[in-house]
Amino acid sequence: MAEPHPHPQQLWRNPEPKHSYDVVIVGAGGHGLATAYYLAKNHGIRNVAVLERGWLAGGNMARNTTVIRSNYLWDESAAIYEFSLKLWEGLSVELDYDLLFSQRGVLGLTHSEHQVREGKRRVSANQLDGIDAEWLTPEEVKAFCPIVNISPEVRYPVLGGTLQRRGGIAKHDYVAWAFARKADELGIDLIQNCEVTGFDLDGDRVIGVHTNRGLIAAGKVALCAAGHSSALAAMVGLDLPIQTYPLQALVSELLEPVLNCVVLSNDIHVYVSQAHKGELVMGAGMDAYNSYAQRGSPHVIEYQVAAALELFPIFSRVHVVRTWAGIVDVTPDASPIVGLTRIENLFINCGWGTGGFKATPAAGWTYAHTIAQGQPHPLTAPFALERFTTGALVDEHGAAAVAH
Amino acid sequence: MLIPCPWCGDREEVEFRYGGPVPMGYPPDPQTVDDAAWARYLYYRPNPKGALEERWVHTAGCRRWFTVTRDTVTNEITPATDGSG
Repeated sequence: MAEPHPHPQQLWRNPEPKHSYDVVIVGAGGHGLATAYYLAKNHGIRNVAVLERGWLAGGNMARNTTVIRSNYLWDESAAIYEFSLKLWEGLSVELDYDLLFSQRGVLGLTHSEHQVREGKRRVSANQLDGIDAEWLTPEEVKAFCPIVNISPEVRYPVLGGTLQRRGGIAKHDYVAWAFARKADELGIDLIQNCEVTGFDLDGDRVIGVHTNRGLIAAGKVALCAAGHSSALAAMVGLDLPIQTYPLQALVSELLEPVLNCVVLSNDIHVYVSQAHKGELVMGAGMDAYNSYAQRGSPHVIEYQVAAALELFPIFSRVHVVRTWAGIVDVTPDASPIVGLTRIENLFINCGWGTGGFKATPAAGWTYAHTIAQGQPHPLTAPFALERFTTGALVDEHGAAAVAH
Repeated sequence: MLIPCPWCGDREEVEFRYGGPVPMGYPPDPQTVDDAAWARYLYYRPNPKGALEERWVHTAGCRRWFTVTRDTVTNEITPATDGSG
């Protein structure tokens, strides 16, 4: 596999926080960094700080399994994820950084009659939304991904699958660093080791944030803290319909190229791809219980490896090198929460759950619009917090619950 | 993770199913509840970083439900004091 082009010598400054900013973004993960970049690029708002409790892009951005696709069931989801995929297609050029974005195809296997019906329905829905989607028979699955075991003798035989050829993976760290470098070039302060400990309110309006490095005044405050969103919002008395769970993943030792696409299987709970460096990257379902611990239980790993081995007997002697967990912010309908809050000038972007990486550019683009204009971007208007009161949910559990 | 079943003692997590945070009770007079209150009943659950009161069921054991308090950062569990739930 080709080496990526050399890393830039300088990615970003480490400035001291100023006393005041037009916009303060809380959380320097992928979404926070992309939001900062598009605030400057699309809206000319450059007096912006991104505050990060730990190190830049060290949370879920460093822990996800980098799957990118847009084959969601409902129009609202398909629209934002497809917008994201189109941004991905130009992002390496846009950010002048090879993100190792590889459209190698995302194969979604089915192993039950129910999943076959759901898969075919979703393919049809995708095609109506103008998104590339195909239904493959088991033999076509085998032709597309030769190492998949389609034997009818296994416990959960492959009954077919969905394929989005434009889906794929990218190098997560490079994505964060590329957005960070460009945001920094545009004058935005990326401030690490700066934990928000409270909010400065004037009545029902936010005017700043308290941090472990002092008070920082802000015209607008934009939360972008994924699994920690509930804890942050609680500081201003804002409840969110979010539960925080561990989501585990693992990598194998480095292998020669063996797996040519991304394979997801909701039924038997595993997804796997091979990173450019050569390691197999695997993920599965969330752990069952609420947690902020960034670690999960071993049996979840055991089950996903068992599932992977049934699909790919060729992996039977592969060694697991490392497992870890991120903590993900899951909403009742498995769709994000983006938009305004009842506190003036306080904005929220969270609830992307197990699938936020693929949305990084679109989340940044639309959130920047929401912050700059003070009103929802049309693509994220359906994802406002109010939907839990009106009942207009965007229920994506079918397309999203496991292999998001 | 070992979970203290009030009837069977400490057992491995795989023997249990999670019931989530202790839910708020069903509204006593549903006819008088407005949309916002329904939303809270349906969709909002505690999600603290720290002590959480939660339900588990010992599916592979006595099959009984119980409540414990678990720290969501350390996973330290304080068993139910009354042995019920």
